[in-house]
Amino acid sequence: MTTITTDETGTAPAPSATTPGRRRPGGGLGRYLLVRFLLIFPTILILVTTVFVMMRSTGDPITAALGGRLTPEQLAERIHEAGYDRPLIQQYLDYLGGILRGDFGTTISDNRPVTEVLLTYGTATLELAMYALLVAFVVGIPLGRLAAARRDRGVDATLRVSAVVAYATPVFFAGMLLKLVFSVWLGWLPVAGRASTGAEIQMQRKGSDTGIYLIDAISTGDGDVVVDVLQHAVLPAVALGLLTAGVFLRLVRTNVIGSLATGYVEAARSRGVPERRLLRKHAWRPALVPIITVIGLQIAMLLAGAVLTETTFEWKGLGFQLVQYLLARDYVAVQGMVALLAVIVALTNFVVDVIAALVDPRVRF
Amino acid sequence: MATDTTPTGTLPEHAPRWKRLPVVHQLRTSVGLQRGMLVAGLVLTAVFVLTAVLAPLLAPYGWAQLRADGELFGSHVEPSSDHLLGTTVAGYDVLSRVIWGARTALYTIVIGVILSIVIGVTLGLLSGYFGGWLDRVLVVVADAIYAFPSLLLAILAAIVISGGQSSMWGGVMATAISITVVFIPQYFRVVRAEVVRVKGEAFVESARVVGAGHVRIMTRHVLRNAVRTLPLIVTLNACEAVLTLAGLGFLGFGIEPTAAGDWGYDLHKALADVTSGIWWTAIPPGVAIVLTALGVTLVGESLNDLADPRLRTRRRAALVAGEVGTTSVVPGGVLAAGPEGVDGLDALEGAPPEILPESEPVSGPEEDR
Repeated sequence: MTTITTDETGTAPAPSATTPGRRRPGGGLGRYLLVRFLLIFPTILILVTTVFVMMRSTGDPITAALGGRLTPEQLAERIHEAGYDRPLIQQYLDYLGGILRGDFGTTISDNRPVTEVLLTYGTATLELAMYALLVAFVVGIPLGRLAAARRDRGVDATLRVSAVVAYATPVFFAGMLLKLVFSVWLGWLPVAGRASTGAEIQMQRKGSDTGIYLIDAISTGDGDVVVDVLQHAVLPAVALGLLTAGVFLRLVRTNVIGSLATGYVEAARSRGVPERRLLRKHAWRPALVPIITVIGLQIAMLLAGAVLTETTFEWKGLGFQLVQYLLARDYVAVQGMVALLAVIVALTNFVVDVIAALVDPRVRF
Repeated sequence: MATDTTPTGTLPEHAPRWKRLPVVHQLRTSVGLQRGMLVAGLVLTAVFVLTAVLAPLLAPYGWAQLRADGELFGSHVEPSSDHLLGTTVAGYDVLSRVIWGARTALYTIVIGVILSIVIGVTLGLLSGYFGGWLDRVLVVVADAIYAFPSLLLAILAAIVISGGQSSMWGGVMATAISITVVFIPQYFRVVRAEVVRVKGEAFVESARVVGAGHVRIMTRHVLRNAVRTLPLIVTLNACEAVLTLAGLGFLGFGIEPTAAGDWGYDLHKALADVTSGIWWTAIPPGVAIVLTALGVTLVGESLNDLADPRLRTRRRAALVAGEVGTTSVVPGGVLAAGPEGVDGLDALEGAPPEILPESEPVSGPEEDR
């Protein structure tokens, strides 16, 4: 058994369907993509419903946010206005209808549509996630390959233990340590934020308005602003990226070792292909396929990690904002943002599965 | 992959029972680095459990103690002989809170793991055994929830259970339940896949022919053969529990300092200290989290490597070759993750193609090349 990607969870209802060589008419990529696409909808429905049920089981959001600050009469009036005194099923259907129209609700504390909040702060999170992925790639993949090549020797042992440590370290603790050492003790890098005030003013005056600070900084044409933005990004990116790098390292190592043990590599070895070339040409590419899947799954992990990293470094992105709404007990905002994130996760997973299917024919059925 | 799934396995019958216990057995067959990692993991885990159990004896002060002999500890006192790790901004003794925090973490792990095992295994068993539409629905639901960032679910659960203001049990239960929600799909998938495989085996069929009922077949024949993969997932589950508890605490949803020691809460408070260069409030609870998570992860990682013949350290391979069948914690691959093994757990967080209701297993390499 050398299938590199996932197999045999055994979901297939009929064992007879596994007969080798048998192809269903109209099967193949198109059918797979269609089924996979249709599967998005139940996934989103389940997640969104879970969020709704959980949030509504605490009572209505108006009381949670404003209870104690308004008289009971005012409170009842607000609840009635917002429709939280209607039957739950009706509220649920309204909520689903809103989501279909792209309406995830309006925050109570600052009265903004959740989608607008997402657009405002999403770019910051996207930027952070990109930096983190970059760190993860640059650190994780070459080291994973190195560990596989030096299997069971000192290098491999060190790398593997480091990967486990990276996995076991909460991202915010890593962030705090980095901050302590590089910002406070050594004074090399800024403590928090996405840019210093001066740079932000420069970007507002002269730069573009994409919300991705690196682009905005470059568009000012001022080298100091770019350096300032990059300096602010280093620590958050490393803190969040190292976690993912550990995952990549283990994955690359395991897969390269796995594919080095396959029949075709063995065949190449018996033909006298040198060991280095086996690693570089034969075992390497198939080992990378699962990484595509994992990158997609890391999006979910990065989102959760971003909540923590952004709080650690006061990086004003989605996660930072989510925590602010949580502390303000603005549960409409929380519900909307979490539901929206669920949709993003479901869509990303779809895209990743499609890419994986295009790259590796074995994924399709 | 090991296909030997007969109930007895390949270990000689005369081996004492304790030597056949999951972790003990792996410890005996491991060598070199893998043994080192497994031992290190077991030691760290043991230290953690002992600290939690013996907290009243070990901790110099209570978790919410502010004064001794009628005198206040004071805020941000540097480490000294009175306070080995100093005091926090609120004037608690850091060392004591770290020690008591182990207790809270242990409660969370135990409750979270037990809840997820009971619910996940039951659902997986029923779903895999009976199949049908219920099975399909459960698979889709499990995958949907699996894809969701666990910390976000945990935040929602914390709001639902404790309104965000935590007593000790409120915080512990919020974390434990959110961990359960996130981990049920993992247990579900592993057990279900195994059950689907095992129920086609001859001994199940013969039990049915003899006239055994569904309940008896499920509990006596199928279940016992379907749960061998669990030790591995339990360790991941435990690690996730520690990290989620810490994450919740860090975001300000931790357990109130008067209710219990909570590493995450302490780090939440220490964030501001770090900026002013105060290290002793941040590093001790953080290191405690890392060591605890590291301990259980190392155990899990080693179990996974020992389970996969290709990853097992090769020296002495001939000696253990005869025991491959039983060392395989993961017959058929962890969650069918194939050679990725435990990493496949990460790899499977999405809705991977093999769970499509219409899908069929890959029929083997010959079709692809």
